[in-house]
Amino acid sequence: MKTIDLFTSELKVINVGLTSFKESLEQEGVKVVQVDWRPPAGGDEEAMEALRRLMGK
Amino acid sequence: MHQPSQREVRVVDIAEANKEALRRLVSATPKLVGMGKAIDVVPGMKKNMLLHSGPPVTWDRMCGPMKGGVIAALIYEGMAHAKEEAETLAASGQIEFSPCHHHQAVGPMAGIVSPSMPVYIVENAAFGNTSYATMNEGLGKVLRMGAYSPDVIERLKWMEEVLYPTLDRAIRFLDGMDMKSIMAQALHMGDELHNRNRGATSLFYRAIAPAIVRTTSDPLVIERVLRFIDGNDHTFLNLAMATAKASLDPARSIEGSTMVVCMARNGTDFGIQVSGLGDEWFTAPAEVPPNALYFAGFTKEDANPDIGDSSIMETAGLGGFAIGAAPAIVQFTGGTPRDALNRTLSMYEITIGENTAYQVPYLNFRGTPTGIDIRLVVEKGLLPFIDTGIAHKDPGVGQVGAGLVDAPMGVFKKAIIAFSKMYA
Amino acid sequence: MAAKGVIRKGEYFDSVTLMLVARDASKIDGVIDATIVMGTAQNKSILEMSEMLLDEFRDASDNDLIIAVKAKDEAAAVLGLKKTEELLEKSRQRTTDSSEYMPKSIESAINVLPGANMVIISVAGKYAAEEAMKALQHDLHVMIFSDNVPKDKTLEVKKLGREKGLLVMGPDCGTAIINGAPLGFANVVNRGDIGIVSAAGTGLQEVSSIISNEGSGISQGIGTGGIDMKIDFGGLSFLTGVEALIADPQTEVITLISKPPHPEVLERIGEVLKTNRKPVVAAFLGADPALVRSIGAIPASSLEEAALLSVSLSKGISMEQFNKEIEESENELKELAKGLAKQLRPEQKYVRGLFQGGTLAYETQVILKDMIGDINSNAPLDPRLRLADSWRSVGHTVVDLGEDEFTVGRPHPQIDFSLRNKRILEEARDKSVAIIYLDVVIGHGTNPNPGEELAPVISEARTAGNALIIVTVTGTDRDPQNKHKIVKMYRDAGAIVLERNASASRLAGYILQDPRGN
Repeated sequence: MKTIDLFTSELKVINVGLTSFKESLEQEGVKVVQVDWRPPAGGDEEAMEALRRLMGK
Repeated sequence: MHQPSQREVRVVDIAEANKEALRRLVSATPKLVGMGKAIDVVPGMKKNMLLHSGPPVTWDRMCGPMKGGVIAALIYEGMAHAKEEAETLAASGQIEFSPCHHHQAVGPMAGIVSPSMPVYIVENAAFGNTSYATMNEGLGKVLRMGAYSPDVIERLKWMEEVLYPTLDRAIRFLDGMDMKSIMAQALHMGDELHNRNRGATSLFYRAIAPAIVRTTSDPLVIERVLRFIDGNDHTFLNLAMATAKASLDPARSIEGSTMVVCMARNGTDFGIQVSGLGDEWFTAPAEVPPNALYFAGFTKEDANPDIGDSSIMETAGLGGFAIGAAPAIVQFTGGTPRDALNRTLSMYEITIGENTAYQVPYLNFRGTPTGIDIRLVVEKGLLPFIDTGIAHKDPGVGQVGAGLVDAPMGVFKKAIIAFSKMYA
Repeated sequence: MAAKGVIRKGEYFDSVTLMLVARDASKIDGVIDATIVMGTAQNKSILEMSEMLLDEFRDASDNDLIIAVKAKDEAAAVLGLKKTEELLEKSRQRTTDSSEYMPKSIESAINVLPGANMVIISVAGKYAAEEAMKALQHDLHVMIFSDNVPKDKTLEVKKLGREKGLLVMGPDCGTAIINGAPLGFANVVNRGDIGIVSAAGTGLQEVSSIISNEGSGISQGIGTGGIDMKIDFGGLSFLTGVEALIADPQTEVITLISKPPHPEVLERIGEVLKTNRKPVVAAFLGADPALVRSIGAIPASSLEEAALLSVSLSKGISMEQFNKEIEESENELKELAKGLAKQLRPEQKYVRGLFQGGTLAYETQVILKDMIGDINSNAPLDPRLRLADSWRSVGHTVVDLGEDEFTVGRPHPQIDFSLRNKRILEEARDKSVAIIYLDVVIGHGTNPNPGEELAPVISEARTAGNALIIVTVTGTDRDPQNKHKIVKMYRDAGAIVLERNASASRLAGYILQDPRGN
């Protein structure tokens, strides 16, 4: 949604990373879901690069 | 496999290719049509050949249980009379070792198939391909766990001489048995078809018992055969595996597809094959499952690394992927039925689609997550997990535990790099 | 070694449950092994093999449950058996479900939270851009808290955001306030008609807090991250933010915060403002006011001034009235300075500013350099004033404790006070120090106990030396920390507490301009 629509909608957040951000939002009554994130390819650069090259297909 | 030259690169629509691969997988019509001896029916089988689970491995690299299984098979075939003789023969180069998967076959644990062993024949009429698997021996001291004592050999002989013809007659009397229907019902009964097969084995028993009665005259044989099936909840496992293999094989070698068509372990290496990458194996060391539950008296120190072709179940969207349908087994995760559902839910994140024939009741009968996409595995850093049994590292002791084990990231990394070299 | 066991007649548990309990039981202190099985012949022979087939078990039937515990001694075995039975009971009572499914990716998160419109990303920099691209591709706005995102990727993300009209707040963005909700390190402020675009995290916190404390409110607080205004990124996020506020019906006054932008970027902002009719206040700290006016904005020389100007515009207070109020409060400040200066000894000459907030450290340097001369710093205005050793103050010094040399392997100073507390005491013992200057930024994400963790150190510093301690607190009464209590604790400990960094800086400046209050 465009920014102007964001301002007139209910904020609903996806949190990728530090869980303290999610907790703060919950304290303020904002709907938020935490992503159980892990690094792509376990952090392997070569595999990530291979994946990127494939992404456009 | 045709290797592209330096400048040549294939232009492909991966999404379309994967769609086709999944379509083939879910359209399978697997039917148990009968049985036969490996040397007679398994493609490429030879008099001096032994098939084994997992990717290719040489005798010197084989793990304890697999070596034990080889010893048992050589004794069973009459090619050796004792352990030492069998070992010498195995190391001599006169015995050809080949993966079950290279012969349209699959085997649990050591997965040894020798020429005289009877195998189930599962036909996939939708695509005209066939798969094979031996009969499950039962629990404890068995060949597939590396046992080679006289009673193991004796049992194998009984299976060849009595069990096999009895079952074969009964199966043909029934004009074959629809495997998909049994498996679909089993999922509604709390099975996931890898570590939990009780429902499926019961359904198989119900279907085959009358046919055995009709086609075998000796009541003592009937009784012994029926008791044999009844005494082993995992009777159906080998049939499930052959079915999964038969369903997946038509999806091999689809240009541009990133779908995994095979996951298999030989107790030393863990290997996968990817549709768009043909027959190439991508391997990494097999691991001892870190979070398993061990039977009384056993610990992690006793465990053999991951072994068996049974991960074909997860490859086909069953086993661990369907764990949401098997609440009792779920406690291997250290959690609750809700955790099992979450486990199954997480696999939707790395699969191409769903198989509506195989449903998880607790997810409102949603089809199981099916068709592992190596791109998604790498992108999300989320590994497919396998709900597996664990063998003792010493031959012939048997199963020591069970648990959920992640496939190693290494195989997916290798595969994605190879894929990008071929297609990007 | 001893073994103890019990039979529970007629009890049934799933074999898997039993294994699970046995596993937990084996971990009990003193227990070597625990076995819990049904009394079948097979299980009894297994028990026999591990020497756990006690006499009482021999008669156990298939339907009986055997619990056997092997331990280092009799007492441990008895205790172990008891605890094992407790574990077994507990396994029966487990009816509560564990938590809902946690999605493993942004894609599946959208399924779990339909209507999601914002993604906050704080994973390691090398992964952040990819996640941001995914979010933008799904038409979601992003806030990227992560820093050390590769330059080319940063540009790619900001460009895509601009193309799609989506907010890209970051990388390196620690603060935003969207639809009244605090994102990242942010304060709970009133809702109102003042919209802010800020390339400075603590700058946004300071301005929004002051505005709220003055009784006005924030429509939106759009953070852009500290690197956005550099020429490499051309203010892409900033421009999107400004356009959004121009179009936003809830925003009546627009406030811009940044270090002085690159001239080209300033020009682009000017272009965007050409279509704008709302009053714009710009705190481009240290920038030439004439340049700011040239793009149609009212220049503010400090964050405080920007806040107060915005409040006046929002409330419709005349500039004349505004200037009168500013003058009054400035006189009060000077009076306070005079009185405080009298407490100083002749050898006390220097100010030592120890900052959690980077923007505040910057602002204080801007203010003080015109009042008392060169300020040395680890993040100096002039490269020639860079401290040789960030851990060692020289002359007038302002230290930004959020800089890399202090934060590697440590939580941010807004969360972890220990480093600064140590430094405070070092400065307190330095007889040449006249003022120890501290900022305390409260709000979500920051230290939950700033009062308890700093007040005792202030007391100790006041005992260790004669330096004045000036504290500026950034935050509101609605923040999770109790601001009133904190301010009181610092005052009781002997600090002079203000709630605006610019005023506090000027106070320090007045004191040092005229030490001993002549």
